[in-house]
Amino acid sequence: MSLELRGITKQFGSLVANDDINFKVEAGEIHAILGENGAGKSTLMNIVYGLLAPDKGQILVDGQEIKIKSPLDALAAGIGMVHQHFMLIPVFTVAENIVLGHEKTNRAGLLDLATAREEIIRVSKEFNFEVDPDALIEDLPVGIQQRVEIIRALIYNSKILILDEPTAVLTPQETDELLANMKKLRDSGRSIVFITHKLREVKAVADRISIIRRGKVVGTVQPSASQEEMASLMVGRPVDLTVNKADGKPGKTILEMVDLNVLDTTGRALASKINLTVSAGEVVAVAGVQGNGQSELAEAIVGLREHLTGSIKLSGNELIGRSVDECLKAGIAYVPESRELDGLISSFSITENLILDTHGEAPYSKGIFYKPAMAHQVALERIKEFDIRAQSANDPASSLSGGNKQKVVLARELSRPVELVVVCQPTRGLDVGSIEFVHQRLISERDSGRAVLLFSTELDEVFALADRIAIMYRGEIIAIVPATASREEVGLYMAGIRTATAKGGAA
Amino acid sequence: MKNKTTMSRESKRKLNGIYSMAIASIFSIVVFAYLPKVSGDVTYSFVLDKEWVLIQQWVIDSRVGAYGFSALSVLFTALAYYLFRKGKKHGIAIFGFSIGFFMAFLCWASAGDFVPFTGLLQGGLILAVPLIYGSLAGLVCERSGVINIAIEGQLLGSAFVAGVVGSLLQNAWYGLLVAPFAGALISVLLAVFAIKYRIDQVILGFVINVLVIGLTSFAAQRFLREDSEKWNESPILQPINIPILYKLPIIGPMFFSQTIIIYLLYVIIIVTQIALFKSKWGLRMRSVGELPVAAESVGIDVNKVRFRNVIIAGAIAGFGGAYFTVGSVGAFSREMTAGMGFIALAALIFGRWTPLGALSAALVFGFADQLRSVLSIAGTPIPSAFMMMVPYIATIIAVSGFVGRVRAPAADGIPYQRGGSH
Ligand SMILES: Nc1ncnc2c1ncn2[C@@H]1O[C@H](COP(=O)(O)OP(=O)(O)O)[C@@H](O)[C@H]1O
Ligand SMILES: [Mg+2]
Repeated sequence: MSLELRGITKQFGSLVANDDINFKVEAGEIHAILGENGAGKSTLMNIVYGLLAPDKGQILVDGQEIKIKSPLDALAAGIGMVHQHFMLIPVFTVAENIVLGHEKTNRAGLLDLATAREEIIRVSKEFNFEVDPDALIEDLPVGIQQRVEIIRALIYNSKILILDEPTAVLTPQETDELLANMKKLRDSGRSIVFITHKLREVKAVADRISIIRRGKVVGTVQPSASQEEMASLMVGRPVDLTVNKADGKPGKTILEMVDLNVLDTTGRALASKINLTVSAGEVVAVAGVQGNGQSELAEAIVGLREHLTGSIKLSGNELIGRSVDECLKAGIAYVPESRELDGLISSFSITENLILDTHGEAPYSKGIFYKPAMAHQVALERIKEFDIRAQSANDPASSLSGGNKQKVVLARELSRPVELVVVCQPTRGLDVGSIEFVHQRLISERDSGRAVLLFSTELDEVFALADRIAIMYRGEIIAIVPATASREEVGLYMAGIRTATAKGGAA
Repeated sequence: MKNKTTMSRESKRKLNGIYSMAIASIFSIVVFAYLPKVSGDVTYSFVLDKEWVLIQQWVIDSRVGAYGFSALSVLFTALAYYLFRKGKKHGIAIFGFSIGFFMAFLCWASAGDFVPFTGLLQGGLILAVPLIYGSLAGLVCERSGVINIAIEGQLLGSAFVAGVVGSLLQNAWYGLLVAPFAGALISVLLAVFAIKYRIDQVILGFVINVLVIGLTSFAAQRFLREDSEKWNESPILQPINIPILYKLPIIGPMFFSQTIIIYLLYVIIIVTQIALFKSKWGLRMRSVGELPVAAESVGIDVNKVRFRNVIIAGAIAGFGGAYFTVGSVGAFSREMTAGMGFIALAALIFGRWTPLGALSAALVFGFADQLRSVLSIAGTPIPSAFMMMVPYIATIIAVSGFVGRVRAPAADGIPYQRGGSH
C-alpha cells in the first residue's frame, strides 16, 4: 500500500512543528525520513498514526483520502507504528501487550491468550525473532521489546509500518539485524517509513530519503547521495563531517583508576573492577550501550557517588572520599549527560551560568562583593570564543537551543585550569553544526595537552574522537582497543561478546 | 541483568521477612512466656450459636500456652527458611507462624480471662467488611490510574443515603439498592474533576471527604434528629443462614450466617481477583493505570476507561457504606465511618494493590480492631491505643518495602491528556 501526506501542518502554540508537509511512500519501499532532533519527525508520524490531530492536511492510503482520528483508524487502514518510546506496558507479558486493545474473550468472558501466543510464535518463527509470549516486558532487553512492537504491527496485519528512531536504543549488532529485517519486511510487500537522524543507516537501507528541517520537507534524495549532501540539507548549510585530527601524543598519566567498584546503597555493583588510565594529550572513549554503568563511572570520578572501593587518582592524588567541589577543583572539567538538569541552571542568565562555579573567586568577587561588570566582560569573551548564539548575555539559559546550552557548559568547564576533561554524551540531541564545534573543541583540548575521557553511546562519535576505546558491558570494562579497531569488533564487545575478533565477520 | 538483580532483591526481602519472623518468635518466647510473673488460666470458648459443637471450651495455663504457641511459630519460621532455601513458596509457613504468634500473644494478653474465640473471629470479619469494600473501591480506581482518597466520603455518603431511604420506605433492601448509586454519584464528582479537569487527585479526594462529611453532618443534625422516626429508623438486613454450611464448627457462624452484604462481598472479591488479571476489563484497567499512552496507541480511550472504573469503584464503596446503616445498626450518625476509608486505603497499599492482598490486610486490621475491643473489656496489659495503631504501622512497614516489593500502578494519580505527553 502507498501512503501519501498532503499539506500536513501542526502547531504547538507558536511553534510550527510541521509546516505544509508533502511526501509519498510507495508500496514496497523503505522511505527514510531524516531530520535533526526537534525537526518534527515524531510529530508527523504521530499525526499519521492518529495520536495527534493535524491542524491542516490530508492523509491518503492507496490514493484514497482517509480520516484518522485515533490509532484505531490508523490500524484499520493498515498503518502500524513502532514508537520511539515503546508503547508496551512493562508489567504485562508479551502476549498481554499484543492482545491489548484487540482482546478476544472465551465463553467464560475471560481473555483468550492462547490464540495470541500461537500467532506470536508463528510470526517469531517467520522472522527469526525468538520472542517468548509469556515473558514480562520489563524483563526483556530493549532490542527484544522492539521486536514485540514489530510483531504486534504484523499481527494487526499492518501494510505500512512506521519505525520512529528504532535504532536509538540498539547495539550496533541489533541495529544491523533490524536493518536486515526491515529489508525482509519490504520484500514481503510492506511499505516502511524509517525515521532516523543517523546518516549511515539511511544509506544502508533506504530506497528514498526525505529530509525534514524545522518542520518542512527540504528535499528528497536517493541513497546514493553523499552523507555531506544529506547533512547539509538537514542543517541548512554546508557541513564537514570528518573530524580533523592528527595522531595523539600521549604524555604522562593523568587519571588512573585501579580496581574501582561503584556500588549502590544496597551494595550492588553498578560498575566493577574498573582499571583504566587516561594520559595527557589523549582521548579515551568509554563506549557501550546505554545503561551499562557508564554514567555511574563518570559520576564516581567527579565525586558524585558515595559507595566506592578501589582507587581513582588524578596526577597521583587520591580522589575517593573527596566532595564534588574538591574533585573539580583538583583539576577536572565535567560536562554531565543531561545539561538541562545537571549542567545548567535554566532560570539563571548565560553570564551567571558561565561563572557558576567560580563566582566566589577573583576576578568576579572581592571579599563578599560580587562584581557584575567583570563577570559580564568575561562572559562576552567566552560567548565569542565558543560561538554561543544568544541575543544577550543576560538572557536566561533556558532561551538557548540545545547546542548553545552545551557550548555554555563547555565554555565554563574548559575555562578553568584543569588537567582532565570528563564529557558525557556531549553531542546528544545537538544539531550537526554544534556537533562539529564540540568535536573540534575536544580535539583541540587534547592537542593542548589535556586528558580527555569521553563517555558516548554513539559509535560514530567514539570513532571520530578516540585514541583508545574502552567498552563497558554490565558494569565492567570488557575490552580496551585502539581506535584502529573495526566497528564490528567494538559492536560485538558492546553486546557483551568477549571473543570479538574470532567472530568479527559474523554480523 | 535487570531480571537477575530484581530476583536477588526480591529474595533478599524474603530473607528479611524470615529474619523478622525469627526475631518475632524470640520476642514471643521472652515477652509472652518467660517474662510474665504471674500466669492464669485462659478459657477459650468455641461455640457461638447453633453450629455443631466440636469443642465447647478449652482451658489452658497462659504461660504453658504462650510457650506452646511460641514454639509453633519457631517451628514455622524454620519451615519457612527451609522452603525458601529449597526455592519453594513459603506462604503457608508465614500463615502458620502468624497463627502461633497471635495465639501466644492472646494467651499472654488474656491470662485469667474468658476469650470468646469464635466471636472474636466473627467480629473481626464484620469489622473488616467496610474495609474490604473500601479497599476494593480504591483498587479499581487506582489500578485505572486515579488516586482515590475519597473512599471515606463514598462510604459515608452511601451509608447516609442507604439509611435514609431504608427508613423512609421502611425497607432495608431499598436502602441497600440505592447505596451503590450514592457511591457512584460521589465518584462522578471525583471522575469529572480528576479526569476531565485534571485537578490534583489527593487534594480533590480530601475536598470530597470534607464535603460529604459536612453535608451528611448537616443533614443529620437538621432532619434526621428532628423527625428521626421517619428519617432515621431504618430496619436492618437480617442474617441469612446458608443451609448446612452455617452449621460448620467455628467457620460456620463466621462466614455463612451473615447478611446479604457479606455474601455479596464474597462474590465481588472473587470476581475482581479473577477479572483484574484474566479479563478484558482488567487488562484495560491495568493498562491505563500503568502506561496510558500505550493503551491509547492501541486504540483504547484512556479517559473513558478511567471514568467508567471510577464510577464502578464508587458503586463498590456504596455497598460498604450500606453496611454501616442498613447492614448493622439501622440509624445514621455523624461521621459514623470514623476514618475507615483511610484504613481501607492502608489495606489496599498493604495488600499491594491486589484484591486478595487487600482482603488479607483488611482482615488483619479488622481482627486487630476486634481484639482491641475484646481485650479492653477483659482488661489487658496493653493500652488499646496501641492496637488502634496496627493498620498504620503495618502500612508504614509495607510501604518501606521491608516485606516485599510494593509498587503502585505507575500512572496512579497522573491525569492523561491526548497528545500531550511527548
Ligand atoms: N506535545 C507537544 N507540545 C508542545 N511541543 C511539542 C509537543 N511535541 C513536540 N513538540 C515540539 O515540536 C518539535 C518537534 O518535535 P518532534 O516531532 O518530537 O521532533 P523529532 O521527532 O524530529 O525529534 C520540538 O520542538 C518539540 O519540542
Ligand atoms: Mg522523535
